[in-house]
Amino acid sequence: MHIIENGNVAAALGVMLCRVNVIAAYPITPQTPLTEKLSEYVESGEMKAEYIPVESEHSALAVCIAASSAGGRSFTATSANGLLYMHEQVQWAAGARLPIVMCVVNRAVGAPWNVWNDQQDSISQRDTGWIQIYCADHQQIIDSIIKAYWLAEKVSIPIMVCYDGYILSHTYMPFDVPDQKKVDDFLPPFNPDYALNPHEPANLNTVTLPDVRLDVRGELAHGYMEIRYLLHEEMRKSLTVAAEAEKRFVDIFGRGGDPYIEPYLCDDAEYVAVGLGSLTYQLRVCVDTLRKEGIKAGVMGIRFYRPFPDIALANALKGKKGVIVFEKALSYGYEGALVSDLKSALYEHLAGTGTLPVVQNIIAGIGGRKIRTEDLTQNLRTAIKGQVTYEPVWIGLEI
Amino acid sequence: MLSKTFMNKDFIEIRWHGRGGQGAITAAKIVAEAAFISGYSGVVMAPTFGTERRGAPVMTSLKISRHKIYDLSAIETPDIIVVFDHLLLDEADVTHGLKPGGIIILNTPKAFETYSLNGYILATADITAISVEAGLPHGIINTGIIGSLAKATNFLKFDMLIKGIEEEFRTRNPEKNSLAARIAYERTVTGG
Repeated sequence: MHIIENGNVAAALGVMLCRVNVIAAYPITPQTPLTEKLSEYVESGEMKAEYIPVESEHSALAVCIAASSAGGRSFTATSANGLLYMHEQVQWAAGARLPIVMCVVNRAVGAPWNVWNDQQDSISQRDTGWIQIYCADHQQIIDSIIKAYWLAEKVSIPIMVCYDGYILSHTYMPFDVPDQKKVDDFLPPFNPDYALNPHEPANLNTVTLPDVRLDVRGELAHGYMEIRYLLHEEMRKSLTVAAEAEKRFVDIFGRGGDPYIEPYLCDDAEYVAVGLGSLTYQLRVCVDTLRKEGIKAGVMGIRFYRPFPDIALANALKGKKGVIVFEKALSYGYEGALVSDLKSALYEHLAGTGTLPVVQNIIAGIGGRKIRTEDLTQNLRTAIKGQVTYEPVWIGLEI
Repeated sequence: MLSKTFMNKDFIEIRWHGRGGQGAITAAKIVAEAAFISGYSGVVMAPTFGTERRGAPVMTSLKISRHKIYDLSAIETPDIIVVFDHLLLDEADVTHGLKPGGIIILNTPKAFETYSLNGYILATADITAISVEAGLPHGIINTGIIGSLAKATNFLKFDMLIKGIEEEFRTRNPEKNSLAARIAYERTVTGG
């Protein structure tokens, strides 16, 4: 059934449809309406879950870690400084291999204080061992949450479902709310191999020595490095599992396609704009304009940022004249994090083949700076027609 | 005459100007839903971000299209502006970017003739008084003003909007709210 609602409601409905058992969250703009909605669902009995109000984001994720360790499907959501405040637990959840799903409603980080959208918050968590999915509209928000639980529980890795604060969280648009029956078909109840049980006490994730050693049962147990290697290894493999999730989703719900990237007019494009989130949909409008001017441009939205779909991207961008990477975040002191990752993927797979595109980085919308479509188009046009700059170009910078 | 303006519109941009607490978002949402049901598969409604305060001027963008909307950026050149409070005309640049020949829907106690049109089409009604007449508490005008919008444009069927109002307010005086819209529809003065 199609409804018109905002992105936070799309997320809340996704969480309800996934029959989450435990929700713990601390309100922060622009995530607040999502948690309010979930507490309403639980209060009214519409959703059978424990809603645990906590005093901080750190505790919110700590509750989810405990709930997940005990075999519960758990959910939290946050933004910006809230995410930074839970950072220690973010790392812990990944190391403990718990399939928690968290929405990150993307917002600029302080200082200075700012409640508006950019993606510095989730990008700064890139290396924590969480899978990161970026959404471009409300359909992707609700669908991604459903897919995320299936994938997280399959690979035992937590997932951040990221969507732009305000631009998606507070904007209303139509989207389809999947049938509960179909969601149940897609997503079976969470049934972990191991769950905490009061009758059989156990220590989890205690001090783990640098070297492998015999455990209490006399079996050879992994050292810290083996455990961390496996997190990396299985995260890389989760790309394949994500493809399986996508296929199942398409079979049951009749929509979806490529789990990693979302191309628009890329096949015959000479130049491709690349980005994360709602900006990639706005860029479609710019590309339409440039196409009318005879410029062969396309857009590539990246859905999965971690694990990085390097092979899919290299294949899709092979032989293009130019790639223009738009980012709402950066790795201070160098350039956008995404452009570095992308250049690394292109170098890895295309160097020496004569098919390596030129890459330009553009920074936009930091701290909610308005991104006018006309300005975006002009910057894309300039990047295509002009010289590549060594430093990133900032749209709308007045300095 | 006036109602012909939107006969073949495939893409309509409406900017709503109200004060925090006046329910501009709800009004825009009712119109968005009526548009969606009427076959506009693309509707996007974006409120002012982050600075809403009760009584302060606020703005909501509503884009209506025959196709999915990919551009979520704020409206720059509206076809229609809806002004909840005539005093906002002096407080904020509400007509900013309004297309030549664009429509201004204005809640005002003043007579239509008071206003100079500057090439725009104007539709006025005293929605504040009409809403009280319909039995609503003083200051509830977000349903009445939909009646004026319906009178000045014809891209949506009035019946559809009335249905939308009654659905949205099904637990809060649905009949009084739709009556306000009906009276406003009758009393709205338009010209340009």
